[in-house]
Amino acid sequence: MGWRNFWRKLVNYVMFSLTGVCALVTVGVLFFILGYLLWHGGSSLSWTFLTHLPTPVGETGGGMANAIVGSAKLLLLASLLGIPIGFLGGVYLAEFGGQAFSSVVRYTADLLNGVPSIVMGIFAFAVVVLPMKHFSTLAGSLALGVMMIPIAVRSTEEALRTVPMMLREGALALGASKWKTIATVAVPAARKGIITGIVLDIARVAGETAPLLFTAFSNRFWSPGWNQPTASLPVMVYTYAISPYDDWHRQAWAAGLVLLTLVLVANVIARMSISGRTAHL
Amino acid sequence: MAGIPIPTGRAAVNRRTSGLVQGLRSGDTFAHLFTLLCAASILLVTVALVHQLYINSALPRHKFGFHFLIGRTWDPVNGDFGALPFIYGTLITSALALLVAVPMGVGAAIFLSELAPPRISNAMTFVIELLAAVPSVIYGLLGIFILVPFLRQYGEPFLKRILGFLPLFQGPAYGVGMLAGGLVLAIMVVPFIISVSRDVLMAVPVEQREAALALGATKWESTWEVVVPYARIGIMASIFLSLARALGETMAVTMVIGGTPAISASLFAPGYSIAAVIADQFAEATGDLYIQTLIELGLVLFALTIVINGLARVFIISTTKKGSGH
Amino acid sequence: MKRLPYLSTVLLGTAVVLVGLVQFQSLPTTAAPAPDSVMLNGAGASFPYPIYAKWFSDYNKLHSDIQINYQSIGSGGGIRQLLSGTVDFGASDAPMTDQQLGEAKTKILHFPTVLGAVVPSYNIPGLSKELDFTPDVLADIFLGKISKWNDPAIAKSNQGVNLPATDIVVVHRSDASGTSFVWTDYLSKVSPEWESKVGRNIAVNWPVGLGGKGNEGVTGLVKQTPGAIGYIELLYALQNGVAFGRVRNSAGVFLKADLASVTAAATGFEKTIPADFRISITNAPGKASYPICSFTYLLIPTTFADAKKKQVVKNFLTWMLNDGQKDAEPLSYARLPKEVVARELKQISQIQ
Repeated sequence: MGWRNFWRKLVNYVMFSLTGVCALVTVGVLFFILGYLLWHGGSSLSWTFLTHLPTPVGETGGGMANAIVGSAKLLLLASLLGIPIGFLGGVYLAEFGGQAFSSVVRYTADLLNGVPSIVMGIFAFAVVVLPMKHFSTLAGSLALGVMMIPIAVRSTEEALRTVPMMLREGALALGASKWKTIATVAVPAARKGIITGIVLDIARVAGETAPLLFTAFSNRFWSPGWNQPTASLPVMVYTYAISPYDDWHRQAWAAGLVLLTLVLVANVIARMSISGRTAHL
Repeated sequence: MAGIPIPTGRAAVNRRTSGLVQGLRSGDTFAHLFTLLCAASILLVTVALVHQLYINSALPRHKFGFHFLIGRTWDPVNGDFGALPFIYGTLITSALALLVAVPMGVGAAIFLSELAPPRISNAMTFVIELLAAVPSVIYGLLGIFILVPFLRQYGEPFLKRILGFLPLFQGPAYGVGMLAGGLVLAIMVVPFIISVSRDVLMAVPVEQREAALALGATKWESTWEVVVPYARIGIMASIFLSLARALGETMAVTMVIGGTPAISASLFAPGYSIAAVIADQFAEATGDLYIQTLIELGLVLFALTIVINGLARVFIISTTKKGSGH
Repeated sequence: MKRLPYLSTVLLGTAVVLVGLVQFQSLPTTAAPAPDSVMLNGAGASFPYPIYAKWFSDYNKLHSDIQINYQSIGSGGGIRQLLSGTVDFGASDAPMTDQQLGEAKTKILHFPTVLGAVVPSYNIPGLSKELDFTPDVLADIFLGKISKWNDPAIAKSNQGVNLPATDIVVVHRSDASGTSFVWTDYLSKVSPEWESKVGRNIAVNWPVGLGGKGNEGVTGLVKQTPGAIGYIELLYALQNGVAFGRVRNSAGVFLKADLASVTAAATGFEKTIPADFRISITNAPGKASYPICSFTYLLIPTTFADAKKKQVVKNFLTWMLNDGQKDAEPLSYARLPKEVVARELKQISQIQ
């Protein structure tokens, strides 16, 4: 009897220690990633890197200014395409929706969310690049924008659903029309969740590489307007990482650091502003 | 959330605002329609997506039919294409990822929900969820420069020494290959498992744990034999979601899997996944058959993700029903 | 905590500001393109990428209103994007086939730019001497028939070299590649077994090995993998400090790839280069000829919708053939023979 209890207590201790190790290792991985990128990337991060264009292989002094701006342009246009549609779609699901249609839309949104991003790239290639006969920022933004829609829909809907019905009823009782209730009462009440969802949406899409490979392509120069191929941070990280040149490797680390910092900062800010509520992935 | 206990309120609001005073409410009709269109755009986009994938893969579908799924050759010279090496690579790396990530993730989730004090648990979960936000290409970067050399110099020779009698661990140690691909995917997928499993475990009613402890169980026994089984459906859902995510992962896998369409018993061997071959070869496939075959592979991947996502949803729905029934 | 959503709006605002910067292009250290600048997009071979990168960058320094954006995605990519019309010009080491030319909407002209060599590079730490490769050994390694470095077949042409007992890790291209075409073309000429089993093409069904993307990817893999052997363009081996061996040519002489041996290979073929410049010069005759060489081509359509672009292309080609050639030798590419240059200058007039 004593032996059996000892054994059970031992199992208890060992198993929980193992689970603790699992948790620590996982947490440790993130710190390792951050630390390694800071170490390797930080040393290559310089004013030159941030403001110069890429130079030919073998020449030093190259930078990724065009990739940084390219990513910003892509994200801006993608947000303009994806967020309004996603936001309004979420409003529909939360405020107007009928049962059957809404479930179909929700299911499809989850489906679209699960589509591998490379398939989105194929779609944008067929729909934009081929007819336009151009790789372009527009095509890349379309691929990214379409990826943003389902996330925006779901996060807007969830944010709106946390607003108590009483608020809406109060406005309606005062004679406001439904759309006015939504616009002046429901949405402002949910604005924290909505904005958080948008920020997370942009951060998620900022790191996507695959859909850009054959839509925005890449560019060694500045990309004027929206009709030309453009460099972007994730694609540059990829191209430079698989090359054999040490100088390009260093730049890949620096670019990775910039990209990761932006994404993590956005995530930390967004998640901290909704802390207290269960965070959703 | 379905749990908000005022269903009548919403229905009442909808009744009140439906078509009563048309003149004043025309703005409502417009808003209704406009937002409806936006919601419908999701359906439109999805249909357009499937349509494009389907019509642009007509050539290989007619040429190979279902035999495409079991064909092993990838011969651009003679126009003979088969999807099996890529399906194999995708499934093997994903399976390996789950094999590593599930024990790790469920273990960590148990720790975070049962053992860790709330503040530490929340802080650690916060950090772990940040891992999910790290872009795939960054994982690929670390994979190329840290994981692959490590596997080549230490990891694979070690496994070969200990477990080399299994065909899984034979062959030259390249560093790149299925093992590297699976491990990178594991790291990427663990945060999802932890996050969802932790939520589900924490939702298990306290009474379950207390009942077990009252019967004299150790905390571990209570956790492992009562709480976890109670939450198993939710945990299964998290595993399926992670699987769906792993299947479609492109960049990190492309960078470490070795770029070879081959089926090999060994995990050390280089391979290819569906997403990786599309990323590598799409921009340069010459000839309509080649391009369309890659698009057909995209269609196959899409179908796989739909199936897995659908299964996950079934699990989640039955969990929710079960949860609210208690 | 309440201020945090507003902080994230600030982040978005920063993005908008950055975009504003784009419109003014006023970052100090870069050449801002003039309002009516011309941008050309090209893509293709990684084989000549180092010299194309230099040419396009130098040309932009000479003419700041002209930007030629070239992406190294492999010869197959260059041909494909050109045929789809998504780039203004392509580049390939493998000449386009008749079938591919037939798919094009307008006539495509081949303009050889430089000559390069493909070398068998390897990574064997601690080797006492450079390796010598016979054609049969190369074919058998890439067929998978020779799998260890100390195989008797390799030892036969490398007497006295301390070959290790390590596995050979074959590295080939995972993308559709002109360099692969040159390599497989050579192996097909010297090995009937290779020709029947695998054949020559920009993408083949490789019997063994790892796939790397671009010359860049293969070089990277060889550099990082002890025991690896891969075929790469000469400059990649030189720039990255990767060892490469001598190859026995058709006259029985073991030669290392360099300017002299590559130029010698081209000399033999001058009389036989056809009017459209599509030719294979592997396994060239002559004692001083390196056996695995190739022209690399810019693929230029004869009709351009945009007259400005057409003029830029013609001007660039003229510059490349006259001034650009001097950049070839410092980068270990061989210059074009004079007769070829003369004929190409005449071909430029075919661009309408």
